[in-house]
Amino acid sequence: MSAATLPDLDALQRELGAAVDAAADEAALEAIRVAALGKKGSVSELLKSLGGMSPDERKTAGPAINGLRDRLNEAILARRTALKAAALAKRLETERVDVTLPVRETPAETGRVHPISQVVDELTTIFADMGFSVAEGPDIEDDFHNFTALNFPEGHPAREMHDTFYLPTREDGSRLVLRTHTSPVQVRTMLSKKPPIRVICPGRTYRSDSDQTHTPMFHQVEGLVIDKGSHLGHLKWILEEFCKAFFEVDQVKMRFRPSFFPFTEPSMEVDIQCDRSRPGEIRFGEGSDWLEILGCGMVHPNVIRNCGLDPDEYQGFAWGMGIDRIAMLKYGMPDLRAFFEADVRWLSHYGFRPLDIPTLAGGLSN
Amino acid sequence: MKFTLSWLREHLAGDYALEDVTATLNRIGFEVEGVEDKAAKLKGFSIASVLSAEKHPNADKLRVLMVDTGGGAPVQVVCGAPNARAGIKGVFSPPGTYIPGKNITLGVGTIRGVESLGMMCSEAELELSQDHDGIIELPVDAPLGVAYAEWANLSDPVIEIAVTPNRADGLGVAGIARDLAAAGLGTVVTPAVMPVAGAFPCPVSVGIAEGAPCPAFALRLVRGVKNGPSPEWLQAKLRAIGLRPINALVDITNLLTFDRNRPLHVFDAAKVAGNLVVRNATAGESLLALDGKTYALDPAMCVIADDGGVESLAGVMGGEESGCDEATTDVLVESALWEPINIAQTGRRLGLNSDARFRFERGIDPAFTLPGIELATRLILDLCGGEPSEVTLAGAIPDNARVIDFPLGLTEKLTGLVASDEEQVATLAALGFTVSGSGPVRQVTPPSWRADIEGKADLVEEVIRILGLDRVPSTPFPRDEDARKPVLTTLQLRTRKAKRALASRGMVEAVTWSFVPKAQAEMFGGGQPELALANPIAADLSDLRPSLLPGLIRSAQANADRGIGDAALFEVGQIFKGDRPQDQFIAATGLRRGTAKPDGTGRHWSGKAQAVDAFDAKADALAALAACNAPVANLQVSTDAPSWFHPGRSGTFRLGPNVIGHFGELHPGLLETLKVDGPLVGFEILLDRIPAPKAKATRVKPLLELSAFQPVERDFAFIVPRTVAAADLLKAAAGVDRKLITGVNVFDLYEGPGIDADSKSVALTVTIQPREKTLTDAEIEAITGKIVAEVAKKTGATLRG
Repeated sequence: MSAATLPDLDALQRELGAAVDAAADEAALEAIRVAALGKKGSVSELLKSLGGMSPDERKTAGPAINGLRDRLNEAILARRTALKAAALAKRLETERVDVTLPVRETPAETGRVHPISQVVDELTTIFADMGFSVAEGPDIEDDFHNFTALNFPEGHPAREMHDTFYLPTREDGSRLVLRTHTSPVQVRTMLSKKPPIRVICPGRTYRSDSDQTHTPMFHQVEGLVIDKGSHLGHLKWILEEFCKAFFEVDQVKMRFRPSFFPFTEPSMEVDIQCDRSRPGEIRFGEGSDWLEILGCGMVHPNVIRNCGLDPDEYQGFAWGMGIDRIAMLKYGMPDLRAFFEADVRWLSHYGFRPLDIPTLAGGLSN
Repeated sequence: MKFTLSWLREHLAGDYALEDVTATLNRIGFEVEGVEDKAAKLKGFSIASVLSAEKHPNADKLRVLMVDTGGGAPVQVVCGAPNARAGIKGVFSPPGTYIPGKNITLGVGTIRGVESLGMMCSEAELELSQDHDGIIELPVDAPLGVAYAEWANLSDPVIEIAVTPNRADGLGVAGIARDLAAAGLGTVVTPAVMPVAGAFPCPVSVGIAEGAPCPAFALRLVRGVKNGPSPEWLQAKLRAIGLRPINALVDITNLLTFDRNRPLHVFDAAKVAGNLVVRNATAGESLLALDGKTYALDPAMCVIADDGGVESLAGVMGGEESGCDEATTDVLVESALWEPINIAQTGRRLGLNSDARFRFERGIDPAFTLPGIELATRLILDLCGGEPSEVTLAGAIPDNARVIDFPLGLTEKLTGLVASDEEQVATLAALGFTVSGSGPVRQVTPPSWRADIEGKADLVEEVIRILGLDRVPSTPFPRDEDARKPVLTTLQLRTRKAKRALASRGMVEAVTWSFVPKAQAEMFGGGQPELALANPIAADLSDLRPSLLPGLIRSAQANADRGIGDAALFEVGQIFKGDRPQDQFIAATGLRRGTAKPDGTGRHWSGKAQAVDAFDAKADALAALAACNAPVANLQVSTDAPSWFHPGRSGTFRLGPNVIGHFGELHPGLLETLKVDGPLVGFEILLDRIPAPKAKATRVKPLLELSAFQPVERDFAFIVPRTVAAADLLKAAAGVDRKLITGVNVFDLYEGPGIDADSKSVALTVTIQPREKTLTDAEIEAITGKIVAEVAKKTGATLRG
């Protein structure tokens, strides 16, 4: 082929360009590309014809044909991109879900930890920060640990302050009891550990009493410090710090009243300042009402002696408070009996999400 | 303990108000439980007279009264009382008055067209009695316009305090006054006791049998008395504290019980045969007591008897037969001392409470035994006349005086409170203690009425109680200098983690009773006689629980009955296998009901939740175990779960010989017995049985080894008898090459057409991880061949064709 027989390149470009623009899909576009740029394609044939031309002819025909090829390639590429975009758009048009449909709830959001567990974790966190560790003892106790070692003499009216559950009388005439308080853990701790001692003992306790405000089973936390110089002033500070941290208030007034427990001397009961003027609501750290929250005192010399220590050398203090009670106060739960009824509605409402773990860094109840 | 403010004033002079008394009582350890102040409650009620009473124009039973209230113009009142008539005096309340008997605040009303500007009141409306048949009628000389409560002597507040068991002396008004005075409130003015000379020897003698719990017994006869209703002042006093006046002689004993904490007894001498003896009861004796009930006595109980038998239960309650009534002319007055423990035990065994028992079991003042009888005699002579005998005393008044060495510095050492020596000594003296000596250690003798004071710590309490606990300085208590360590034991930490892990699986934590009914204890592997309560509070709370499952099963059913059938519950708590401390375990137990699957319950557009199955329980258990750092990968599962599980759908977790727990579907037969709807699936694991973690020298984790070569997966479908455990196939496959085989799992399970009825197809996928070089096809072939051979050898499996 000579230059004279070259077709009209402009016309060819217009023709091919129109075909590319008209290609309806990628397959049609590919057919056009093969027809023009394939091995036997029309533009490829023109390129091959350059070899048979004179240098002069080639000088003008070469750039013209190459230019045609490049423009065609560009057009095809542009068309292909456009076709792909259109195809994707069309597919996306059909791929739709109703994202307003509800999903299944996360188990970690529906599960709950009982308020008692949560409050035990809260108070453990607070006392751990003050250097207390956690001690435990059995629910079934003997008379020695529950009463005698704690300076409750046999027949003393103080024993009647505790409505005790008994297990059957044994051959030797003794009978075990369900611990009426967590104080036997004091005895177990002193008997097994050398001072200095700083422990708290949360646990389950039992009294044969059942009415609106008493259940035969409840929970207490005991605190015990034994060393050579800890005194009532320290106890006061600890309880004040605890109440501020636990009830999450900046200030809280406390009232200490002399009282009597066989295992402490001097003994006190502690009231906490609160405001009960709003029906069904208690606020701490304000108001002019008082609410009893715990009993405490210096460990009785007889108890220290019963645990094998010399009361002239060692001294310390102990306190006990109702876990259920402080939980009710803090979180406004009206009825103690509901704690033990395992009503899922109550547990879901008053319980805590498993990932809400009390920490000092993040706050106890946030 | 109740008393009135005016009663207190008989013992405590001074310029103080009710509020001072209650605040001081609280401060020194007599917790005020309540104050009933009728004067405050009845403020606004005043004395008025009815000037006229006309029939209501529009109502037959109503009258329109004009009432003179003692100030200003007469007031118009509409009244329905049948006794409302002109000329009477009564009690008027203006609009705005709170009417306690009706629990309303009175307003201005228009009754059937006639305006009513107040009310004439009945006794019921003032809560004075139940009487609401008519309005109160007062004597005609009652002063117009004066506050009714004041005129009627109701303005004497009644104070109720809680007296702790150590403070018997607080059970008499005189003792309370003494404490208040020591605390700076008023001066004690309790009248001294003047002995009354006897005119003749006491004709009745008293013998105390050997071993009787009676250190001393004083007796005196007063003859020629005239008994009858006691005077109004005495009746009012007793009524104010809730006691019923009986007759003068009995009222005197009740008065002294509360006034001086000195319980006494009076016998009608005419009904006493011969002399009195204090002895233990003999088997078969009984007593008709003053409360009208007959008590069977046993030889541990002490009685006062005459020739005719038991006349009184010592220190607890007198007998009906020898009691004083209005016909009594000769009276024997008893003032005795009893051993507290004996009185407490007698009262407890008979279930008999009395004011006397309450005091004697706490220990009353022995030194007041004789003054008590003198005081009673004086009151009898004053109120009933008569002639007293001499006092006869059996036994001896014990001297409980003891000296306690009291280092004054102990107060600051035990409490942080700084008090001067003088302050401490003065405080003790004011409470009746005798303090002698000088220097840092003093000799202190407690008064006879303070049997509770044993040692120096008790003296510290006395000092700070009176000086005020608010003087104890709040003192910072820094932690020691030891390094911070975990404060929880392994078991406590596991308990905590198990709870959070189970709650994270959508389960809700229950706290159920530690007690279960006996039948259920037996059903769940317990029911030993030593774990049955001797005094259960209810039949269905009779035995300590051997498992947490019965409580959770009952709770799940209760929730289902409330309409929540898809409940997932768990509890982590104590169970009891015996009565020794080492027989108590901490179990973590879960229960799922209905469709309470871990990933959702009930119907949902994305797919309906299936019924819970044994694998949900297994997954729950493994989650809890993993949270407790149990070696979950080493756990074996055997098919020998206890009888309360479905025999074919349950398993036991073991670590070697150690049983960690069980899981599975609950036995349908058991659920039927319990009247519970199933299916229920559950697990129970014992946190104590998880091996203790090994102490680690470092917290550094082992170095991560990453292979440069791609892992290869190969699948195998084995046909095995249905009885072969999948775990055995997995174990056999994994054991072929522990270095190269890094994972084995079951990806398909098939039983049904195409396979023998007795067989199943178990498809395993095995992950082979090349370590040093890419494996050749031949090397992989060699491994897969070994897997097929080993699984066949161990389980009888063949490759599915």
